[in-house]
Amino acid sequence: MPLGGRGWKAVGMSDSDPVVRVRDLHKSYGSAEAVAGVSFDIERGETFALLGPNGAGKSTTIEILEGYRYRTSGEVSVLGVDPHHGGLGWKARLGIVLQSTGESGAVTVAEQLTHFAGFYPNPRKVGDVLDAVGLREQAATRINKLSGGQRRRVDVALGIIGRPELLFLDEPTTGFDPQARRAFWDLIRMLKSEGTTILLTTHYLDEAAQLSDRAGVIARGRLIDIGAIDQIGGADARIPLVRWRDASGIEREVRTETPAAVVTSLVDQFHGEPVDLEVIRPSLEDVYLELVRAAGGEEPERTVDAIAQAAAEASA
Amino acid sequence: MSMVNLGASRVTYETKVYFRSFDTLFFTFLFPFIMLGIFTTAFSASGNIGAAPDGTGGISVGAYYLPGMLAAGMLLSGVQNLAVDIATEKGDGTLKRLGGTPLSPISYFIGKIGQVFVTGILQAALLLVFAGLVLGIALPTDPEKWATFAWVFVLGVVTSAFLGIALSALPRSGKSATAVVIPIVLILQFISGVYLRFDGLPEWMQNLASIFPLKWMAQGMRSVFLPESFAALEQNGSWDLGLVAIALSVWLVVGLVLSRITFRWIRRDT
Repeated sequence: MPLGGRGWKAVGMSDSDPVVRVRDLHKSYGSAEAVAGVSFDIERGETFALLGPNGAGKSTTIEILEGYRYRTSGEVSVLGVDPHHGGLGWKARLGIVLQSTGESGAVTVAEQLTHFAGFYPNPRKVGDVLDAVGLREQAATRINKLSGGQRRRVDVALGIIGRPELLFLDEPTTGFDPQARRAFWDLIRMLKSEGTTILLTTHYLDEAAQLSDRAGVIARGRLIDIGAIDQIGGADARIPLVRWRDASGIEREVRTETPAAVVTSLVDQFHGEPVDLEVIRPSLEDVYLELVRAAGGEEPERTVDAIAQAAAEASA
Repeated sequence: MSMVNLGASRVTYETKVYFRSFDTLFFTFLFPFIMLGIFTTAFSASGNIGAAPDGTGGISVGAYYLPGMLAAGMLLSGVQNLAVDIATEKGDGTLKRLGGTPLSPISYFIGKIGQVFVTGILQAALLLVFAGLVLGIALPTDPEKWATFAWVFVLGVVTSAFLGIALSALPRSGKSATAVVIPIVLILQFISGVYLRFDGLPEWMQNLASIFPLKWMAQGMRSVFLPESFAALEQNGSWDLGLVAIALSVWLVVGLVLSRITFRWIRRDT
């Protein structure tokens, strides 16, 4: 599935311009501010992960970029176009995998893919996409007969059938078994190798660590950190932790660049094996959880996205 | 692909989905057949309609209700089918997904209206075959009658399709779609001379029905399938085909404008 240059360029846009450019983005629903001043760029060919707890404003941000929601203020440019005014030619360059879908699906997988391929000027071959998402055997099965994970793969297939320059993946692997998730990672790496720019949200931090070049962490509508995936949270956050119980049974921990030395001194101190000894090299997940906790953005009771949803329904 | 080619591909797709859905197949496509069968059987002993005092002449109950069922089929294929279908698609995320693709809303509409046309024509044709062959109802032979049938049918179906698109904006969720749409369609059928003889309804109800398009579709169809003598039973004592054309055209424009104003891929929040 070669991607190649397609000659699709917005006027005045060059290769060096970011594919996505967001500046001081705000989105309010009444008095609730779902997005409160977010800025970031995504460069061509980059995979960017937007991380954050439920209701932090991730989906609102993505849906503004996709053109589904209008922003309250700020600047947004996606492939050189303001999504608020994005036309059909602009949509033809995007691939969108929404967070949840519940279509009845009285058509087969192959029928659906063939039909959607017809919307795009230069689609991928249906057979290639079926192979890429691992649904070759289900090609003649109606979508409503598939399992949840298989349906999710149809969503991904529909997102890439149009050979997008920019692919939005909003929690794409929800409901995947570990094997399907690995296969999905391979697919994303292949798309990336073809030059596809990808914006990913996920609750699986290992997935973000595997796939993305850079990440931004959103909590309470604000970007609390942004950077290369192996530098998020700062260098200090990745210093190993040594944890043990002292003589009185109280849990102790020390951050240290030399965990082996600390453990040796503990062994000397205890004249043997320390109780509940752990040496932890913080994973992205640990770093992320610490960041979100520090920002006071732990899963709020009523999420901002839920407020957004309610506001949308009320104003419709 | 051009907007029109894509529209054509949507027609095929939509028609396929229509025939694979039990709900639409039963409540929209087969409903007029079932009702016509029931009417014919239930009232077979009550004699002909419009018979002379000695019981001769007139037409069978089935023959009398055939035009009404054809009109009901047009209404169901357009209004009920599309209003429920589009509201459901809005609720289950189908429209949101389509809204993220380069599919033009115009192609989407061509697909919906084309589907209504294909299924409506098939339904009317089968209903006529069913009436003629199974129920033994005599069908007109005069080409002029069939010409009237053609324009009333086309105008009625297109009007119904646009009104269905417009009405799809009313249900607040996909789940409430049938609950909102079916009573409206059902009441219209009762006051417009589909299930009850129009000339037997009180005048205020006839006047009320005259505001809505179904009464005019049914009247146009009666002019095709009922003997000339039945024209005397209409409100003005004639078929009033000019009024049928005007009333349906006005509703066509209303439906088109409302569809254009109310249709959104998703419920937007600003």
